[in-house]
Amino acid sequence: MEATTASSRRADLATIAALMARAKNELVRVPGAAIPGVLAPTIFFLGLNGVFGALTQLRGFETGSYESFIVPVSMLQGAGFTGAAAGVNLARDYEAGWVDRLLVSPAPRWVLLSGNVLAASVRALVPATFVLAIGFAIGVRWPGLDGLLICYLMVVATAAVAACWGSMLALHFKSQSAAPLMQAGTMGLILLTPAYAPLALLQPWLESVANVNPLTNVLEAARQGFVGSVTWADTWPGLVALAGLLVVLGGLALREMRRTNV
Amino acid sequence: MSDLATTARVVRALGARSIRQTFRRPQLISPIVVFPTLLLAIQTGGAGAGIELPGFPPVQSFLQFMLAGSMMQSMMLAGNSGGIAFAVDIEMGFTDRLFAAPIPRFAIVLGRLAGTAALGLFASIWFLAIGLIFGAEIEGGVPGALLAMALITASALAVGGIGAAIALQTGSASVVQGLFPLVLVVLFLSSAFFPQALMVEPARTIAEYNPFSFIAEGVREPIIAGIDLTQTLEAVAAIAGIIALGLVLSARALKHRLRVG
Repeated sequence: MEATTASSRRADLATIAALMARAKNELVRVPGAAIPGVLAPTIFFLGLNGVFGALTQLRGFETGSYESFIVPVSMLQGAGFTGAAAGVNLARDYEAGWVDRLLVSPAPRWVLLSGNVLAASVRALVPATFVLAIGFAIGVRWPGLDGLLICYLMVVATAAVAACWGSMLALHFKSQSAAPLMQAGTMGLILLTPAYAPLALLQPWLESVANVNPLTNVLEAARQGFVGSVTWADTWPGLVALAGLLVVLGGLALREMRRTNV
Repeated sequence: MSDLATTARVVRALGARSIRQTFRRPQLISPIVVFPTLLLAIQTGGAGAGIELPGFPPVQSFLQFMLAGSMMQSMMLAGNSGGIAFAVDIEMGFTDRLFAAPIPRFAIVLGRLAGTAALGLFASIWFLAIGLIFGAEIEGGVPGALLAMALITASALAVGGIGAAIALQTGSASVVQGLFPLVLVVLFLSSAFFPQALMVEPARTIAEYNPFSFIAEGVREPIIAGIDLTQTLEAVAAIAGIIALGLVLSARALKHRLRVG
Protein backbone atom coordinates (compact mmCIF):
# COMPACT_ATOMS: atom_id res chain seq x y z
CA MET A 1 0.00 0.00 0.00
CA GLU A 2 2.79 2.38 1.02
CA ALA A 3 4.75 1.46 -2.11
CA THR A 4 1.71 2.31 -4.26
CA THR A 5 1.34 5.71 -2.57
CA ALA A 6 5.03 6.49 -3.05
CA SER A 7 4.89 5.44 -6.68
CA SER A 8 1.78 7.54 -7.25
CA ARG A 9 3.48 10.57 -5.65
CA ARG A 10 6.51 10.05 -7.89
CA ALA A 11 4.24 9.89 -10.92
CA ASP A 12 2.53 13.14 -9.87
CA LEU A 13 5.87 14.90 -9.48
CA ALA A 14 7.06 13.53 -12.84
CA THR A 15 3.90 14.87 -14.50
CA ILE A 16 4.38 18.30 -12.93
CA ALA A 17 8.02 18.29 -14.06
CA ALA A 18 6.98 17.26 -17.59
CA LEU A 19 4.41 20.06 -17.79
CA MET A 20 7.00 22.56 -16.55
CA ALA A 21 9.50 21.27 -19.10
CA ARG A 22 6.90 21.73 -21.84
CA ALA A 23 6.47 25.37 -20.79
CA LYS A 24 10.25 25.80 -20.74
CA ASN A 25 10.53 24.27 -24.22
CA GLU A 26 8.06 26.83 -25.47
CA LEU A 27 10.29 29.56 -24.06
CA VAL A 28 13.36 28.08 -25.75
CA ARG A 29 11.69 27.26 -29.08
CA VAL A 30 9.67 30.49 -29.39
CA PRO A 31 11.81 33.09 -27.61
CA GLY A 32 9.72 35.83 -29.26
CA ALA A 33 6.75 34.73 -27.16
CA ALA A 34 8.56 35.86 -24.02
CA ILE A 35 9.46 39.27 -25.41
CA PRO A 36 6.16 41.06 -24.63
CA GLY A 37 6.26 39.76 -21.04
CA VAL A 38 9.79 41.12 -20.63
CA LEU A 39 9.41 44.25 -22.71
CA ALA A 40 6.17 45.56 -21.19
CA PRO A 41 7.40 45.78 -17.56
CA THR A 42 10.73 47.20 -18.74
CA ILE A 43 9.00 49.91 -20.75
CA PHE A 44 6.73 50.66 -17.79
CA PHE A 45 9.75 50.84 -15.49
CA LEU A 46 11.78 53.19 -17.67
CA GLY A 47 8.71 55.15 -18.77
CA LEU A 48 7.28 55.70 -15.30
CA ASN A 49 10.72 56.66 -14.01
CA GLY A 50 11.12 59.23 -16.78
CA VAL A 51 7.61 60.61 -16.42
CA PHE A 52 6.94 60.55 -12.67
CA GLY A 53 10.53 60.71 -11.32
CA ALA A 54 9.96 64.23 -9.97
CA LEU A 55 7.37 62.89 -7.49
CA THR A 56 10.21 62.15 -5.07
CA GLN A 57 10.40 65.92 -4.47
CA LEU A 58 7.03 65.74 -2.70
CA ARG A 59 7.07 65.91 1.08
CA GLY A 60 6.37 62.46 2.52
CA PHE A 61 8.15 60.49 -0.19
CA GLU A 62 10.29 57.91 1.61
CA THR A 63 13.19 57.84 -0.87
CA GLY A 64 14.96 60.20 -3.22
CA SER A 65 15.39 57.49 -5.85
CA TYR A 66 12.21 56.91 -7.86
CA GLU A 67 13.86 54.10 -9.82
CA SER A 68 14.43 52.19 -6.56
CA PHE A 69 10.84 52.88 -5.51
CA ILE A 70 9.31 51.70 -8.79
CA VAL A 71 11.53 48.71 -9.69
CA PRO A 72 9.68 46.17 -7.48
CA VAL A 73 6.40 47.30 -9.07
CA SER A 74 7.73 46.47 -12.52
CA MET A 75 9.13 43.14 -11.31
CA LEU A 76 5.71 42.23 -9.90
CA GLN A 77 4.09 43.50 -13.09
CA GLY A 78 6.32 41.14 -15.09
CA ALA A 79 5.19 38.32 -12.79
CA GLY A 80 1.57 39.32 -13.34
CA PHE A 81 1.95 39.36 -17.14
CA THR A 82 3.73 35.98 -17.05
CA GLY A 83 1.01 34.47 -14.87
CA ALA A 84 -1.73 35.85 -17.12
CA ALA A 85 0.13 34.46 -20.13
CA ALA A 86 -0.03 31.01 -18.50
CA GLY A 87 -3.82 31.39 -18.52
CA VAL A 88 -3.82 32.47 -22.17
CA ASN A 89 -1.63 29.48 -23.08
CA LEU A 90 -3.98 27.15 -21.23
CA ALA A 91 -6.95 28.58 -23.16
CA ARG A 92 -4.98 28.09 -26.41
CA ASP A 93 -4.22 24.49 -25.38
CA TYR A 94 -7.91 23.95 -24.67
CA GLU A 95 -8.88 25.30 -28.09
CA ALA A 96 -6.28 23.05 -29.70
CA GLY A 97 -7.54 19.95 -27.85
CA TRP A 98 -4.39 19.46 -25.77
CA VAL A 99 -6.22 19.95 -22.45
CA ASP A 100 -8.73 17.26 -23.45
CA ARG A 101 -5.88 14.81 -23.82
CA LEU A 102 -4.51 15.77 -20.41
CA LEU A 103 -7.93 15.35 -18.81
CA VAL A 104 -8.31 11.77 -20.01
CA SER A 105 -4.88 10.93 -18.58
CA PRO A 106 -4.76 9.33 -15.11
CA ALA A 107 -3.04 12.43 -13.67
CA PRO A 108 -5.05 14.14 -10.91
CA ARG A 109 -6.50 17.58 -11.73
CA TRP A 110 -4.39 19.32 -9.09
CA VAL A 111 -1.25 17.96 -10.73
CA LEU A 112 -2.26 19.37 -14.11
CA LEU A 113 -2.95 22.75 -12.53
CA SER A 114 0.28 22.71 -10.52
CA GLY A 115 2.38 22.10 -13.64
CA ASN A 116 0.94 25.20 -15.30
CA VAL A 117 1.20 27.38 -12.18
CA LEU A 118 4.73 26.36 -11.19
CA ALA A 119 5.95 26.85 -14.76
CA ALA A 120 4.64 30.42 -14.61
CA SER A 121 6.50 30.97 -11.32
CA VAL A 122 9.79 29.87 -12.85
CA ARG A 123 9.21 31.87 -16.05
CA ALA A 124 8.55 35.01 -13.99
CA LEU A 125 12.22 35.03 -13.02
CA VAL A 126 13.10 36.09 -16.58
CA PRO A 127 11.31 39.48 -16.73
CA ALA A 128 12.08 40.18 -13.06
CA THR A 129 15.81 39.66 -13.55
CA PHE A 130 15.83 41.64 -16.78
CA VAL A 131 14.04 44.62 -15.19
CA LEU A 132 16.29 44.46 -12.13
CA ALA A 133 19.45 44.38 -14.28
CA ILE A 134 18.23 47.48 -16.16
CA GLY A 135 17.39 49.03 -12.81
CA PHE A 136 20.86 48.46 -11.37
CA ALA A 137 22.32 49.92 -14.58
CA ILE A 138 20.44 53.19 -14.06
CA GLY A 139 21.11 53.48 -10.35
CA VAL A 140 18.65 51.34 -8.38
CA ARG A 141 19.86 50.90 -4.82
CA TRP A 142 21.21 47.43 -3.82
CA PRO A 143 18.50 45.97 -1.56
CA GLY A 144 20.80 43.63 0.36
CA LEU A 145 20.77 39.87 -0.07
CA ASP A 146 17.78 39.46 2.27
CA GLY A 147 15.84 42.20 0.49
CA LEU A 148 16.62 40.67 -2.89
CA LEU A 149 15.56 37.16 -1.83
CA ILE A 150 12.31 38.44 -0.35
CA CYS A 151 11.63 40.41 -3.52
CA TYR A 152 12.18 37.33 -5.70
CA LEU A 153 10.00 35.24 -3.40
CA MET A 154 7.22 37.78 -3.83
CA VAL A 155 7.73 37.73 -7.61
CA VAL A 156 7.46 33.95 -8.02
CA ALA A 157 4.48 33.71 -5.67
CA THR A 158 2.72 36.60 -7.43
CA ALA A 159 3.24 34.81 -10.75
CA ALA A 160 1.64 31.71 -9.21
CA VAL A 161 -1.33 33.78 -8.02
CA ALA A 162 -1.71 35.36 -11.47
CA ALA A 163 -1.43 31.93 -13.13
CA CYS A 164 -4.22 30.60 -10.86
CA TRP A 165 -6.35 33.59 -11.84
CA GLY A 166 -5.56 33.13 -15.54
CA SER A 167 -6.13 29.35 -15.41
CA MET A 168 -9.46 29.83 -13.64
CA LEU A 169 -10.66 32.21 -16.38
CA ALA A 170 -9.20 30.05 -19.16
CA LEU A 171 -11.06 26.99 -17.89
CA HIS A 172 -14.25 28.96 -17.31
CA PHE A 173 -14.41 30.73 -20.69
CA LYS A 174 -12.45 28.06 -22.61
CA SER A 175 -11.33 30.75 -25.06
CA GLN A 176 -8.33 33.00 -25.63
CA SER A 177 -10.84 35.84 -25.93
CA ALA A 178 -10.72 36.02 -22.13
CA ALA A 179 -7.08 37.17 -22.34
CA PRO A 180 -7.82 40.88 -21.74
CA LEU A 181 -9.69 39.95 -18.56
CA MET A 182 -6.73 37.90 -17.33
CA GLN A 183 -4.28 40.72 -18.03
CA ALA A 184 -6.50 43.57 -16.79
CA GLY A 185 -7.23 41.66 -13.57
CA THR A 186 -3.59 41.14 -12.66
CA MET A 187 -2.57 44.61 -13.82
CA GLY A 188 -5.36 46.20 -11.77
CA LEU A 189 -4.49 44.19 -8.67
CA ILE A 190 -0.80 45.14 -8.88
CA LEU A 191 -1.31 48.82 -9.68
CA LEU A 192 -4.17 49.50 -7.23
CA THR A 193 -1.51 49.65 -4.53
CA PRO A 194 1.02 52.33 -3.47
CA ALA A 195 2.70 51.58 -6.81
CA TYR A 196 3.38 55.16 -7.93
CA ALA A 197 3.66 56.91 -4.55
CA PRO A 198 3.57 56.07 -0.83
CA LEU A 199 0.13 55.42 0.72
CA ALA A 200 0.00 58.86 2.36
CA LEU A 201 0.38 60.60 -1.01
CA LEU A 202 -2.31 58.64 -2.86
CA GLN A 203 -5.71 60.14 -3.61
CA PRO A 204 -8.17 59.17 -0.84
CA TRP A 205 -10.11 56.67 -3.00
CA LEU A 206 -6.94 54.85 -4.08
CA GLU A 207 -5.60 54.90 -0.53
CA SER A 208 -8.81 53.16 0.61
CA VAL A 209 -8.55 50.56 -2.16
CA ALA A 210 -4.83 50.02 -1.54
CA ASN A 211 -5.47 49.52 2.17
CA VAL A 212 -7.72 46.53 1.48
CA ASN A 213 -5.80 45.21 -1.54
CA PRO A 214 -3.70 42.23 -0.39
CA LEU A 215 -1.10 43.03 -3.06
CA THR A 216 -0.22 46.21 -1.11
CA ASN A 217 1.40 44.02 1.54
CA VAL A 218 3.18 42.03 -1.16
CA LEU A 219 4.52 45.19 -2.79
CA GLU A 220 5.64 46.66 0.55
CA ALA A 221 7.49 43.42 1.31
CA ALA A 222 9.14 43.34 -2.13
CA ARG A 223 10.05 47.04 -1.94
CA GLN A 224 11.41 47.28 1.61
CA GLY A 225 15.05 46.50 0.78
CA PHE A 226 15.12 48.99 -2.10
CA VAL A 227 13.91 51.96 -0.04
CA GLY A 228 15.10 51.12 3.48
CA SER A 229 15.95 48.22 5.72
CA VAL A 230 14.38 44.77 5.74
CA THR A 231 12.16 43.98 8.70
CA TRP A 232 9.98 41.02 9.66
CA ALA A 233 7.12 43.46 10.27
CA ASP A 234 7.17 44.42 6.57
CA THR A 235 7.66 40.83 5.41
CA TRP A 236 5.06 38.64 7.10
CA PRO A 237 1.97 40.54 5.87
CA GLY A 238 3.17 39.93 2.30
CA LEU A 239 3.63 36.22 2.95
CA VAL A 240 0.20 35.92 4.55
CA ALA A 241 -1.44 37.85 1.68
CA LEU A 242 0.15 35.60 -0.95
CA ALA A 243 -0.73 32.44 0.97
CA GLY A 244 -4.35 33.61 1.20
CA LEU A 245 -4.53 34.52 -2.49
CA LEU A 246 -3.00 31.19 -3.49
CA VAL A 247 -5.51 29.25 -1.38
CA VAL A 248 -8.52 31.19 -2.72
CA LEU A 249 -7.53 31.50 -6.41
CA GLY A 250 -5.87 28.07 -6.48
CA GLY A 251 -9.06 26.59 -5.03
CA LEU A 252 -11.21 28.35 -7.61
CA ALA A 253 -8.93 27.29 -10.47
CA LEU A 254 -9.01 23.69 -9.24
CA ARG A 255 -12.81 23.87 -9.05
CA GLU A 256 -12.93 24.98 -12.70
CA MET A 257 -10.46 22.22 -13.62
CA ARG A 258 -12.68 19.60 -11.93
CA ARG A 259 -15.76 20.99 -13.68
CA THR A 260 -14.11 20.83 -17.08
CA ASN A 261 -15.36 17.80 -18.97
CA VAL A 262 -13.78 16.19 -21.97
CA MET B 1 -23.93 56.46 -59.73
CA SER B 2 -20.68 58.44 -59.94
CA ASP B 3 -17.31 56.88 -59.13
CA LEU B 4 -16.95 59.15 -56.13
CA ALA B 5 -20.28 58.07 -54.67
CA THR B 6 -19.39 54.40 -55.20
CA THR B 7 -16.05 54.89 -53.49
CA ALA B 8 -17.74 56.70 -50.61
CA ARG B 9 -20.14 53.75 -50.20
CA VAL B 10 -17.25 51.28 -50.15
CA VAL B 11 -15.35 53.36 -47.57
CA ARG B 12 -18.48 53.65 -45.42
CA ALA B 13 -19.22 49.92 -45.61
CA LEU B 14 -15.63 48.90 -44.82
CA GLY B 15 -15.41 51.50 -42.05
CA ALA B 16 -18.65 50.22 -40.47
CA ARG B 17 -17.32 46.65 -40.74
CA SER B 18 -14.09 47.55 -38.98
CA ILE B 19 -16.01 49.24 -36.13
CA ARG B 20 -18.31 46.21 -35.72
CA GLN B 21 -15.26 43.93 -35.80
CA THR B 22 -13.60 45.91 -33.00
CA PHE B 23 -16.64 45.88 -30.74
CA ARG B 24 -17.20 42.14 -31.32
CA ARG B 25 -13.67 41.09 -30.34
CA PRO B 26 -12.62 41.72 -26.74
CA GLN B 27 -8.96 41.52 -27.83
CA LEU B 28 -9.46 44.60 -30.02
CA ILE B 29 -11.76 46.77 -27.89
CA SER B 30 -10.07 46.13 -24.55
CA PRO B 31 -6.81 47.98 -25.37
CA ILE B 32 -8.85 50.96 -26.57
CA VAL B 33 -11.20 51.24 -23.60
CA VAL B 34 -10.28 48.99 -20.66
CA PHE B 35 -6.51 49.54 -20.35
CA PRO B 36 -6.47 53.34 -20.81
CA THR B 37 -9.39 53.74 -18.40
CA LEU B 38 -7.70 51.53 -15.82
CA LEU B 39 -4.44 53.45 -16.22
CA LEU B 40 -6.26 56.79 -16.02
CA ALA B 41 -7.79 55.76 -12.69
CA ILE B 42 -4.51 54.38 -11.33
CA GLN B 43 -2.29 57.24 -12.49
CA THR B 44 -4.76 59.87 -11.30
CA GLY B 45 -5.01 58.21 -7.91
CA GLY B 46 -1.32 57.35 -7.65
CA ALA B 47 0.42 60.41 -9.05
CA GLY B 48 -2.31 62.98 -8.36
CA ALA B 49 -0.19 64.69 -5.70
CA GLY B 50 2.14 65.70 -8.54
CA ILE B 51 0.08 68.85 -9.18
CA GLU B 52 1.63 70.26 -5.98
CA LEU B 53 5.11 70.17 -7.54
CA PRO B 54 6.61 73.57 -8.33
CA GLY B 55 6.37 74.14 -12.08
CA PHE B 56 3.21 72.10 -12.61
CA PRO B 57 0.80 74.13 -14.79
CA PRO B 58 -2.28 75.44 -13.00
CA VAL B 59 -5.00 72.79 -13.28
CA GLN B 60 -8.26 72.05 -11.52
CA SER B 61 -7.16 68.45 -10.82
CA PHE B 62 -4.75 65.81 -12.05
CA LEU B 63 -7.70 64.03 -13.69
CA GLN B 64 -8.30 67.14 -15.81
CA PHE B 65 -4.60 67.13 -16.80
CA MET B 66 -4.55 63.39 -17.55
CA LEU B 67 -7.60 63.29 -19.85
CA ALA B 68 -5.52 64.28 -22.89
CA GLY B 69 -2.95 61.55 -22.11
CA SER B 70 -5.64 58.88 -21.84
CA MET B 71 -7.25 60.01 -25.10
CA MET B 72 -3.84 59.86 -26.77
CA GLN B 73 -3.20 56.38 -25.42
CA SER B 74 -6.60 55.11 -26.50
CA MET B 75 -6.28 56.73 -29.93
CA MET B 76 -2.86 55.18 -30.54
CA LEU B 77 -4.05 51.76 -29.43
CA ALA B 78 -7.05 52.17 -31.76
CA GLY B 79 -4.55 52.68 -34.58
CA ASN B 80 -2.65 49.57 -33.49
CA SER B 81 -5.86 47.51 -33.16
CA GLY B 82 -6.93 48.68 -36.62
CA GLY B 83 -3.59 47.52 -38.01
CA ILE B 84 -3.97 44.12 -36.31
CA ALA B 85 -7.49 43.66 -37.69
CA PHE B 86 -6.29 44.68 -41.17
CA ALA B 87 -3.45 42.15 -40.98
CA VAL B 88 -5.93 39.45 -39.90
CA ASP B 89 -8.01 40.31 -43.00
CA ILE B 90 -4.88 39.87 -45.14
CA GLU B 91 -4.02 36.56 -43.45
CA MET B 92 -7.57 35.26 -43.94
CA GLY B 93 -7.68 36.27 -47.61
CA PHE B 94 -10.48 38.81 -47.18
CA THR B 95 -8.28 41.60 -48.55
CA ASP B 96 -7.45 39.50 -51.63
CA ARG B 97 -11.16 39.28 -52.38
CA LEU B 98 -11.42 43.07 -52.03
CA PHE B 99 -8.44 43.52 -54.36
CA ALA B 100 -10.29 41.43 -56.95
CA ALA B 101 -13.46 43.55 -56.62
CA PRO B 102 -14.11 46.45 -59.02
CA ILE B 103 -13.34 49.12 -56.44
CA PRO B 104 -10.39 51.50 -56.10
CA ARG B 105 -7.59 49.91 -54.03
CA PHE B 106 -7.07 53.03 -51.94
CA ALA B 107 -10.72 52.75 -50.81
CA ILE B 108 -9.81 49.49 -49.04
CA VAL B 109 -7.20 51.29 -46.92
CA LEU B 110 -9.41 54.35 -46.52
CA GLY B 111 -12.28 52.17 -45.27
CA ARG B 112 -10.06 50.74 -42.54
CA LEU B 113 -8.83 54.24 -41.63
CA ALA B 114 -12.39 55.57 -41.48
CA GLY B 115 -13.15 52.87 -38.91
CA THR B 116 -10.03 53.74 -36.92
CA ALA B 117 -10.92 57.45 -37.00
CA ALA B 118 -14.42 56.62 -35.73
CA LEU B 119 -12.86 54.65 -32.87
CA GLY B 120 -10.66 57.67 -32.10
CA LEU B 121 -13.80 59.81 -31.93
CA PHE B 122 -15.39 57.23 -29.63
CA ALA B 123 -12.29 57.29 -27.39
CA SER B 124 -12.35 61.07 -27.10
CA ILE B 125 -16.06 61.08 -26.20
CA TRP B 126 -15.51 58.23 -23.70
CA PHE B 127 -12.74 60.04 -21.82
CA LEU B 128 -14.41 63.44 -21.92
CA ALA B 129 -17.51 61.78 -20.45
CA ILE B 130 -15.44 60.08 -17.74
CA GLY B 131 -13.79 63.42 -16.95
CA LEU B 132 -17.10 65.23 -16.68
CA ILE B 133 -18.67 62.46 -14.57
CA PHE B 134 -15.78 62.59 -12.12
CA GLY B 135 -15.76 66.36 -11.84
CA ALA B 136 -13.19 67.57 -14.37
CA GLU B 137 -14.12 70.83 -16.07
CA ILE B 138 -13.50 71.55 -19.75
CA GLU B 139 -12.17 75.11 -19.55
CA GLY B 140 -12.61 75.70 -23.28
CA GLY B 141 -16.32 74.80 -23.01
CA VAL B 142 -18.14 73.10 -25.88
CA PRO B 143 -15.80 74.51 -28.57
CA GLY B 144 -12.82 73.26 -26.54
CA ALA B 145 -14.33 69.77 -26.21
CA LEU B 146 -15.11 69.70 -29.94
CA LEU B 147 -11.55 70.77 -30.75
CA ALA B 148 -10.11 68.01 -28.53
CA MET B 149 -12.40 65.46 -30.20
CA ALA B 150 -11.44 66.66 -33.69
CA LEU B 151 -7.71 66.48 -32.92
CA ILE B 152 -7.98 62.97 -31.47
CA THR B 153 -10.08 61.77 -34.42
CA ALA B 154 -7.57 63.16 -36.91
CA SER B 155 -4.68 61.68 -34.90
CA ALA B 156 -6.35 58.24 -34.95
CA LEU B 157 -6.57 58.53 -38.73
CA ALA B 158 -2.88 59.46 -38.87
CA VAL B 159 -1.68 56.68 -36.56
CA GLY B 160 -4.04 54.20 -38.27
CA GLY B 161 -2.29 55.03 -41.56
CA ILE B 162 1.02 53.85 -40.16
CA GLY B 163 -0.64 50.73 -38.66
CA ALA B 164 -2.25 49.95 -42.04
CA ALA B 165 1.07 50.43 -43.84
CA ILE B 166 2.79 47.95 -41.51
CA ALA B 167 -0.09 45.48 -41.91
CA LEU B 168 0.10 45.74 -45.71
CA GLN B 169 3.88 45.46 -45.75
CA THR B 170 4.13 42.45 -43.41
CA GLY B 171 0.72 40.80 -43.78
CA SER B 172 1.20 39.46 -40.26
CA ALA B 173 -1.08 40.21 -37.32
CA SER B 174 1.55 39.12 -34.81
CA VAL B 175 4.07 41.61 -36.19
CA VAL B 176 1.56 44.48 -35.87
CA GLN B 177 0.60 43.23 -32.41
CA GLY B 178 4.29 43.28 -31.49
CA LEU B 179 4.25 47.05 -31.99
CA PHE B 180 1.97 47.46 -28.95
CA PRO B 181 4.92 48.15 -26.60
CA LEU B 182 6.22 50.76 -29.05
CA VAL B 183 2.99 52.71 -28.56
CA LEU B 184 3.76 52.90 -24.85
CA VAL B 185 7.37 53.95 -25.52
CA VAL B 186 6.26 56.79 -27.80
CA LEU B 187 3.75 57.97 -25.21
CA PHE B 188 6.12 57.76 -22.24
CA LEU B 189 8.62 59.79 -24.24
CA SER B 190 6.09 62.56 -24.80
CA SER B 191 4.37 65.02 -22.50
CA ALA B 192 1.13 63.00 -22.63
CA PHE B 193 1.22 62.01 -18.95
CA PHE B 194 3.23 64.73 -17.18
CA PRO B 195 4.46 68.25 -17.92
CA GLN B 196 7.59 68.10 -20.03
CA ALA B 197 9.47 70.49 -17.70
CA LEU B 198 9.04 68.06 -14.78
CA MET B 199 10.11 64.94 -16.63
CA VAL B 200 13.45 63.27 -15.92
CA GLU B 201 16.27 63.29 -18.50
CA PRO B 202 16.61 61.91 -21.15
CA ALA B 203 12.81 61.59 -21.43
CA ARG B 204 12.45 65.38 -21.09
CA THR B 205 14.65 66.20 -24.09
CA ILE B 206 13.10 63.50 -26.27
CA ALA B 207 9.61 64.73 -25.32
CA GLU B 208 10.54 68.22 -26.47
CA TYR B 209 10.89 67.01 -30.07
CA ASN B 210 8.35 64.17 -30.06
CA PRO B 211 5.46 65.12 -32.41
CA PHE B 212 3.05 63.35 -30.07
CA SER B 213 3.94 65.92 -27.39
CA PHE B 214 2.60 68.65 -29.69
CA ILE B 215 -0.60 66.69 -30.24
CA ALA B 216 -0.98 66.00 -26.50
CA GLU B 217 -0.52 69.70 -25.67
CA GLY B 218 -2.96 70.67 -28.41
CA VAL B 219 -5.60 68.32 -26.99
CA ARG B 220 -4.86 69.28 -23.37
CA GLU B 221 -4.90 73.05 -23.70
CA PRO B 222 -8.66 73.41 -24.44
CA ILE B 223 -9.35 71.12 -21.45
CA ILE B 224 -7.15 72.76 -18.79
CA ALA B 225 -7.01 76.39 -19.97
CA GLY B 226 -8.94 77.18 -23.14
CA ILE B 227 -8.28 77.21 -26.87
CA ASP B 228 -4.81 78.44 -27.78
CA LEU B 229 -4.25 79.07 -31.48
CA THR B 230 -0.49 78.45 -31.43
CA GLN B 231 -0.76 75.09 -29.68
CA THR B 232 -3.67 74.06 -31.89
CA LEU B 233 -1.68 74.87 -35.03
CA GLU B 234 1.35 72.97 -33.70
CA ALA B 235 -0.88 69.94 -33.06
CA VAL B 236 -2.41 70.19 -36.53
CA ALA B 237 1.06 70.42 -38.10
CA ALA B 238 2.21 67.32 -36.15
CA ILE B 239 -0.90 65.40 -37.24
CA ALA B 240 -0.43 66.51 -40.86
CA GLY B 241 3.16 65.27 -40.75
CA ILE B 242 2.11 61.85 -39.43
CA ILE B 243 -0.71 61.63 -42.01
CA ALA B 244 1.78 62.41 -44.80
CA LEU B 245 4.16 59.74 -43.50
CA GLY B 246 1.29 57.24 -43.23
CA LEU B 247 0.16 58.02 -46.80
CA VAL B 248 3.62 57.52 -48.26
CA LEU B 249 4.19 54.29 -46.30
CA SER B 250 0.69 52.96 -47.10
CA ALA B 251 1.06 53.68 -50.83
CA ARG B 252 4.40 51.85 -50.93
CA ALA B 253 3.07 48.96 -48.84
CA LEU B 254 -0.06 48.66 -51.00
CA LYS B 255 2.12 48.36 -54.12
CA HIS B 256 4.18 45.71 -52.30
CA ARG B 257 1.05 43.78 -51.28
CA LEU B 258 -0.35 43.85 -54.82
CA ARG B 259 2.98 42.61 -56.13
CA VAL B 260 3.44 39.73 -53.64
CA GLY B 261 -0.29 38.92 -53.30
